[in-house]
Amino acid sequence: MDSVSLEHVRDDAYAIPLDRLDVSEASRFQNDTIWPYFERLRKEDPVHYCNDSLFGPYWSVTKYRDIMAVDTNHKVFSSEVSSITIVERTEEDRNPMFIAMDPPKHDEQRKTVSPIVAPDNLAKLEGVIRSRVSAILDGLPRNETFNWVDRVSIELTTQMLATLFDFPFEDRRLLTYWSDVATTVPKAGQEIDSWEKRAAIMSECLAYFTRLWNERINTEPRSDLISMMAHSPATRNMAPREFLGNLILLIVGGNDTTRNSISGGVWFMNQNPDQMRKLRGNPALVPSAVSEIIRYQTPLSHMRRNALVDTTLGNKKIKAGDKVIMWYISGNRDDEVIENADSFIIDRKNPRQHISFGFGIHRCVGNRLAEMQIRILWEEILSRRLDVQVVGEPERVSSNFVHGYSALPVRVAA
Amino acid sequence: MPTVKFLEFDGSEHDIEVSAGTSVMRAAIDNGVPGIDGDCDGQCACATCHVFVDPAWLARTGERTVSEEELLSFASAAEPNSRLACQIKMTNALDGLVVRMPAGQH
Repeated sequence: MDSVSLEHVRDDAYAIPLDRLDVSEASRFQNDTIWPYFERLRKEDPVHYCNDSLFGPYWSVTKYRDIMAVDTNHKVFSSEVSSITIVERTEEDRNPMFIAMDPPKHDEQRKTVSPIVAPDNLAKLEGVIRSRVSAILDGLPRNETFNWVDRVSIELTTQMLATLFDFPFEDRRLLTYWSDVATTVPKAGQEIDSWEKRAAIMSECLAYFTRLWNERINTEPRSDLISMMAHSPATRNMAPREFLGNLILLIVGGNDTTRNSISGGVWFMNQNPDQMRKLRGNPALVPSAVSEIIRYQTPLSHMRRNALVDTTLGNKKIKAGDKVIMWYISGNRDDEVIENADSFIIDRKNPRQHISFGFGIHRCVGNRLAEMQIRILWEEILSRRLDVQVVGEPERVSSNFVHGYSALPVRVAA
Repeated sequence: MPTVKFLEFDGSEHDIEVSAGTSVMRAAIDNGVPGIDGDCDGQCACATCHVFVDPAWLARTGERTVSEEELLSFASAAEPNSRLACQIKMTNALDGLVVRMPAGQH
């Protein structure tokens, strides 16, 4: 976007009457104009009530420390009411999943899956990730424009997910498809044009995984996610809707997030060549760069809670039943906590301090796996001296939840 | 000034002076001791400053807080002598404290 348009957007962000400011509009995420709107809220109304939106009334929490306060206070701010996104879901069409549960049920289910992404298991996955990254990078076309999102970001994360599930490798693109459908809000004129259509596709997902479940429940426990869920006392008697819900959680959480950090990293390095030079000059900065990429991208823009009781946040009174949106994407640009928050700086002090994974008991269970994939990717890019040039504007996803890219046109020099 | 002995998972030792009032996590981060991440900067909001406190010292570090207990219950390798280092505030009585880091933080 040119500087005249940016100027215009900034004027608009500050001209709208505060009580009419609705930061949930997906179009702004798609054209990447969200920033001055959140900046204004952080400055003028950090805990902001919007009384009318596509999603009904809701509170926006925009500053880092306030977001952390909500995220860690699960007794007041529940994950179990309706949905963990801004979209309302009814009891009938919701798929229960542990991200959208409170203790004690949340705790039992999370503990079932967390071993697969715990440090000792990750060490075992390092080798297979590195060989996959190598194969993908070595297979990239040279001197030819292609879509990094499809050839690398989606391919890598989907392969990873297929491994975690021990999902038939040749069918792995179904995981991408189901993940995309799961995060689609139905709209007339697109493939997913109704909640019924969406539900029908998700039923196919459930049927496929149920087949795998039935195969594995009768064999010795193995270290894939399906076998783990099929054998663990906390999850082996899950109702089908709950099984589907947890599958969706793992597919989206493990797929549509890391994918966008991978794409974002390439975009940010291209937009900040001094940072790329710094990284090439000192590959020991890769882990730090990985955290900065995840902060700067913020793959999930928000998470939602519902107040269970009347409470106060900032100087605002939140009523029991109110919908509260933690805008991670805003918190990660809070310069009261993060110095030069709007700049992409791969060797900043404390790069690991960001909100992209959330905090508290729901903190992203796969966070180390995400970091590992991105780290290995950049190690292999650097060791090959690959020069990945972005040759066109990125296309972003129209969503106020998934913050990501559908296309990133790049060219790799021979 | 009181000292903390940090033991990495591979056995490497770091003896760090920690002034009274500073958390064990903060001392590790500020002194570049590997194996403690402190992603939430000491707010008891993650579990990435997980340490094993030498049994001889455990009681003297005090009791786990409610939030600490909750977060530790999700840590992959939590033991009865596990604590979050951000919740252990250094005192002169803890001079010589020994903590061991897990294989990885999560």
